[in-house]
Amino acid sequence: MKDGNGVTLVVLSGDMDKVMAAFNIAIGSAAAGKNSAMFFTFWGLKAIQKGNLTGKSFFARMMGLLNRGGINRIGPSRFNFGGIGRWMFKQMMNAHRITPLEELRKTAIELGVKFMPCQMSMEVMEIRREDLIDEVGEPCGVATMLEEAFNSGATFFI
Amino acid sequence: MTLEIKSDQTINLEGLLCPIPVVKVSQAIKNMAVGGVLEATATDPGVLLDIPAWVKSTGNELLSIKKEDKLIRFFIKRTK
Repeated sequence: MKDGNGVTLVVLSGDMDKVMAAFNIAIGSAAAGKNSAMFFTFWGLKAIQKGNLTGKSFFARMMGLLNRGGINRIGPSRFNFGGIGRWMFKQMMNAHRITPLEELRKTAIELGVKFMPCQMSMEVMEIRREDLIDEVGEPCGVATMLEEAFNSGATFFI
Repeated sequence: MTLEIKSDQTINLEGLLCPIPVVKVSQAIKNMAVGGVLEATATDPGVLLDIPAWVKSTGNELLSIKKEDKLIRFFIKRTK
């Protein structure tokens, strides 16, 4: 927020390819010395989850099982074929020496990209703060995300 | 006759793809003194557009960027 021309990303998708694009943009902005903030909501939360099973109620536990989080567990938005696509993508990325997703997230953290988890979707899906990686900020809402967005040069919804 | 550019530091970005080259460049520039010149070699053709764009958004100076066969070599001067 100090800079006024960085980026804010709203990461709603939890697909490997979309999350990768989001981290790429955030890293690019941070590498140009600009502020970058990422707001993770709904499926996007998977990218900042530790990967353990979540939920307390029956539905939430079912969702936690079928929609398990963790950066290495998420698959591409197309051609996933129950995980085969994810494996294939990882092989292809490796062959072309593309930085793995987890490494990208680490780079984003190192460059000071701010991670904001969405309180509301955490509530709905019964994901607790301790189910998320330690580097994320306090769970927050739309006003906090918009405060970042109003002070950014660009906002992306992914 | 070609003008030789003297660099204070050289980094190797060969084989690295977007967004890592700009990350490495920004980290190297950050650790340099103002006025210092960074030399880098890369193979990702994307840097031909990305490095000039990065320099523009950060306000540093691109002294030269050239493609020598498969290798791309560029020099950036830290200006602030």
